[in-house]
Amino acid sequence: MSDNNNIKTITGAQALMEAMEREGVREVFGLPGGANLPMYDEFNRCNIRHILVRHEQSAAHMADGYGRVSRKPGVCFATSGPGATNILTGIATAQADSAPMIAVTGQVNVNMIGKDAFQESDIMGMANPVVKYAFQPRTPQEVPLAVQKGFYIASTGRPGPVLIDIPKDVQSGCAHIRYVDEFKIQGYHPWTEPDVNNIGRAIDTLIRSDKPIILAGGGTIISSAFAELQALAEFLSIPVVTTFKGKGAFPENHALSLGPIGMHGHAEANKIISEADCVLAIGTRFSDRSVGTFEEFESHRSIIHMDVDPAEIGKNQTTNVAVVGDVRATLRIMLATLQERGISKTEGGEWVRHAQEMHRYWQENLKIHPGELGAAHILRKLREVLPGDSIITTEVGQHQMWASLFFDVITPGTFFSSTGLGTMGWGFPAAIGAKVARPDVPVVDIAGDGSFNMTENSLATSILEDIPVIVFLVNNYSLGMVAQWQRTFYDRRMVGVDQGQCPDYVKLAESYGAQGIRAHTLDELEAAIKTAVKSDVATVIDIPIDPEEDVLPFVAPGTPLTKMILPS
Amino acid sequence: MMWAIFSILVENKPGILFAVTHMFRARNFNIDSIAVGVTDNPKYSRMTITTFGDEKQLEQIRKQLDKMIDTIKVRRLDEHKTVYRELAIFKIRVADAKENMEVNEMIKAFGAKAHDSRRDSIMAELTATPDQIRAFQELASRFGIIEMARTGIAALQRSGS
Repeated sequence: MSDNNNIKTITGAQALMEAMEREGVREVFGLPGGANLPMYDEFNRCNIRHILVRHEQSAAHMADGYGRVSRKPGVCFATSGPGATNILTGIATAQADSAPMIAVTGQVNVNMIGKDAFQESDIMGMANPVVKYAFQPRTPQEVPLAVQKGFYIASTGRPGPVLIDIPKDVQSGCAHIRYVDEFKIQGYHPWTEPDVNNIGRAIDTLIRSDKPIILAGGGTIISSAFAELQALAEFLSIPVVTTFKGKGAFPENHALSLGPIGMHGHAEANKIISEADCVLAIGTRFSDRSVGTFEEFESHRSIIHMDVDPAEIGKNQTTNVAVVGDVRATLRIMLATLQERGISKTEGGEWVRHAQEMHRYWQENLKIHPGELGAAHILRKLREVLPGDSIITTEVGQHQMWASLFFDVITPGTFFSSTGLGTMGWGFPAAIGAKVARPDVPVVDIAGDGSFNMTENSLATSILEDIPVIVFLVNNYSLGMVAQWQRTFYDRRMVGVDQGQCPDYVKLAESYGAQGIRAHTLDELEAAIKTAVKSDVATVIDIPIDPEEDVLPFVAPGTPLTKMILPS
Repeated sequence: MMWAIFSILVENKPGILFAVTHMFRARNFNIDSIAVGVTDNPKYSRMTITTFGDEKQLEQIRKQLDKMIDTIKVRRLDEHKTVYRELAIFKIRVADAKENMEVNEMIKAFGAKAHDSRRDSIMAELTATPDQIRAFQELASRFGIIEMARTGIAALQRSGS
């Protein structure tokens, strides 16, 4: 549409779809209901594809997966009332992991708001603490600007979910609609120019230290600062660990990589960061699951913190030097400053050799489950067979932490998980969203049976909408992580963790028209992965494992990273 | 624990008071007092929130307020460079004419105003700092406070500071 044709008379629903087309939206994940029928009717007229889900929570997770992979907001639709409350978990998940998302809900008519109308819920109030921002246009004229501002807010600075709640009469009402080319949001300043003086201080602190380490967080991936991170690590020869959310910000087969730290971090990563005298933390909020205890983590070492969100500076950890701004821009300035100052490339000294020896030691000596289908064996097999640029999502639980320990990410930015909220059932719909964003690469959901149960009906979406993904089902017939905690902290008093051999996942997959393969040996697993990668339909690979296998190493909650429980 | 005054210029539209107070609750901060009113420009309201915390918490409060998209300007005011006042209304019990006189004198001494003086009670209106209001309250409680109401403080920092 040309800008001199900016005013016209259309409905709020038409305005919504047009405004979204202008933002480049091509797919919407959703489920219709009474209060969003006018917007659904527009799918008959516009060029946006609707992808039908079987539960609104899955729509939000699909939009989330799409958003994380494409780095553009994914869009989900739900009706009012229960439709809206069903997407709340998905919105909260996106907020916890800073994923760009637009959630559009139907609402009862304006004059019915507050009357406890049928399928009315105060979603504006409920969603407030878990969105980056929320709009409720009260007239059709307000719709286009809400969409424009919504996309801008969701995708800039620290990304996050934006809710647009539209009363039904606002969708169906006609008005002169105007699109603006520019708008201002007075209280929103998403980008801060990185302060060069602070970058200078960061360099001073870093090069003065004897045992520096880089801790790369999820912000490194959101900012696509892969090349800059690698250049800096190589230039100054600094070992790199990541948070779990930052897993794969740095190639995990790189000589300087030690893998993720944290509760189920790599032993060498937890040990080396505990010895370090200086941590360069990039795009991380210092989650308790990553650092163990805040007090121990910040003692005996200086912390340099780079983050786009000023509120993260000093929230959990006291820092010596802080640089606020996009981390990719910050790292670029840092690299340029190193050059300007004539600082030459550092060769790895005693500290780097020590880190590498530690890495080698634990790669060779960490005791793993001896069974043929032990977690390490199956996840290393997946890595061996799967193309390097495949996209991985995970569910939440033991399989997720085994993926962190035993599945090395080679191509940066190809590993995604619900790390903040820890939402079981996220991985499968997120994989579908990821596949929509990147149909050219295999997408694998590393799943557990407990989590898969929560959103397995997304198989219908995968089949009917022709979005083939792979579910790598690490099946221990139980809520394995809870079982592990009951074994470890509750003297094996097992309650509510046995899921029984139900359902039969091969038959379940087949009943949806998907492919189901059960693998009893590593050879069968290899064949199954190869078949799945080539398949035109979704494949569920059911891998029965030992229900007693624990995830180790394990740093118990509230204890420092030095106190790892190791396999005996 | 330090006392702090935050002055927050926000867009004057529904839901913002909810969002701001919700942030305090969700992040485990406390609101000591809160006063909200429209400014000379009807597009904006000013919220004045007082709270207690250590330096780290107060800095977090400032940053979290600043991060909210509907807050235009967030400022932690310097108590010593700020004019801040609160209005309090007390209904004080009096037993007899002697007490009535004593309470009236107390009201005068604090620069408060007496309203609705009755045989058994007096209402007092006091505009003062929270410290002065607390001092008045303590004295009034010796007679007996039937009811009281406070507005929370309104504050502006002096120019050039």
